[in-house]
Amino acid sequence: MFHLILFLFFGAICVAGAINLLVQSHPINSALSLIVVMGSLAAEYLLLGAEFLAAVQVIVYAGAIMVLFLITIMLLNAGKEERTKGSRVATLLGVPGVVIGAVLVAWTLLHRSNLQSVPIGALKGDPSDIARLLFHDFLLPFEVTSVLILIAIMGAVVLASRPEAVARGPRKDEG
Amino acid sequence: MPAPHRNTKDISLSITTFIIISIIKSVAVVGVLLTAVAYSVWLERKVSAHIQNRWGPTRVGPFGLLQPLADGAKFIFKEDLTQPHVYKPLYIAAPIISLVFAITSISVIPFGNWVDIGPWGTYLQITDLNIGLLVVLGITSMGVYGVALAGWSSNSKYSLLGGLRASAQMVSYEVSLGLSLVGVLIMAGSLSLRDIVDAQGGVFWGFIPRWNIFHGQTLAFFIYLISAYAETNRTPFDLPEAESELVAGYHTEYSAMKFAMFFMAEYANMVTVACLATLMFLGGWHGPIFGPPILQAAMPVFWFCLKVFFFMFLYVWVRWTLPRFRYDQLMAFGWKVLLPLAVANIVYTALVVAWRA
Repeated sequence: MFHLILFLFFGAICVAGAINLLVQSHPINSALSLIVVMGSLAAEYLLLGAEFLAAVQVIVYAGAIMVLFLITIMLLNAGKEERTKGSRVATLLGVPGVVIGAVLVAWTLLHRSNLQSVPIGALKGDPSDIARLLFHDFLLPFEVTSVLILIAIMGAVVLASRPEAVARGPRKDEG
Repeated sequence: MPAPHRNTKDISLSITTFIIISIIKSVAVVGVLLTAVAYSVWLERKVSAHIQNRWGPTRVGPFGLLQPLADGAKFIFKEDLTQPHVYKPLYIAAPIISLVFAITSISVIPFGNWVDIGPWGTYLQITDLNIGLLVVLGITSMGVYGVALAGWSSNSKYSLLGGLRASAQMVSYEVSLGLSLVGVLIMAGSLSLRDIVDAQGGVFWGFIPRWNIFHGQTLAFFIYLISAYAETNRTPFDLPEAESELVAGYHTEYSAMKFAMFFMAEYANMVTVACLATLMFLGGWHGPIFGPPILQAAMPVFWFCLKVFFFMFLYVWVRWTLPRFRYDQLMAFGWKVLLPLAVANIVYTALVVAWRA
């Protein structure tokens, strides 16, 4: 019972953070709302029993990726966004579309699939379980994904470095 | 999977007893932590004074021992200036974020073994999680926000530069800090801090303790130590608050208690990092145990505190010995030296463990 209350509480915070992310006009506030969303998602994972996933969520997303977002916003000194009216067609079609889509997904999951519901806290999320999945059952997809990420990193390095620096080799005067 | 050697005691307490014991433990641990923070400031001033052939604080109490109280009173009664150009919500939130995360990370640190108090018993630890280490790393990684937001919301160039430096530095060194601990994790086979300490009991050849630092993880220990200095923004990596170029870095615009909160957060982080080094590399509370039963019960905590004190002393010693790095040297050192060494240590440890298995 206590778990359920906490679960709903963090779910509400998560949704509120997501809405706040869209409503805020300053990029820093939006980024901070996203951190709140990440943090409450981690709390949800923890309540479901996936401890490792919760910790990784905080370390990787909230602790590393969002810091980089924040650094970028601070470096560019991005100011307030201007409010635009937006197109009326998008509002008229978009909002009902999102509602219908959400209802359809929820209804399908609840009634048309043979997914079993799991009681809160019964999910198996030990580090060893996840390690067995990643390094035994799904080893090939895991390794392929890591190669993909490596390629993306190398691409980023090439794109970010100045053309003359690539031609001349590593710069000596700055690290 | 609970680790096979886990010495779990059967904890069958009623929920009320559990809550009461937890509250008592939390209050005690946070109290001890804050006292330790106050007295590490005293230690810093005293040791730095003696290194420079001065006396340091002597006036308030014997050996200046009451100086932290005087400092605290001064911080509380000082005028709390809020500059008109700051972004107020984040300016106020930043020191709170710093201090809260710095204090929270102590919650999974074990200080000693099981103790029996009357009909009840408890581990000397607020709570034991089987992902304890990840919790510490996660909470300390959130501490960056306090520094970064302080720098940005102050709306001053020195603060902004300090905040940017701090966040870039902390994110960079967190990588090698985390990777240096992986070797220890491979050897212990668990993420629970209690299991990691239990795996370091015993001795080699009758006199060398089986601590990880003597057990193949010497390189990892030094990588951890260096990264930890950078993580806590201490000399020789105190670029974020380099007074000769940035006035005071990210906390330039802060005064009174808000400044004191950053100060406390820095020292609380130092204590946490020292606790983690003790647990991961120096065998936690393991040490020679002798004497009457009451002394035997207290010895593990004594050894733990002694090791943590050693690290705190080392922090001060290094601060007043080494000059500051240049920023590009700092980044190059972190990414081009520490990171490859940490990865090499992981590969080496994994090979050795796989060979023995």
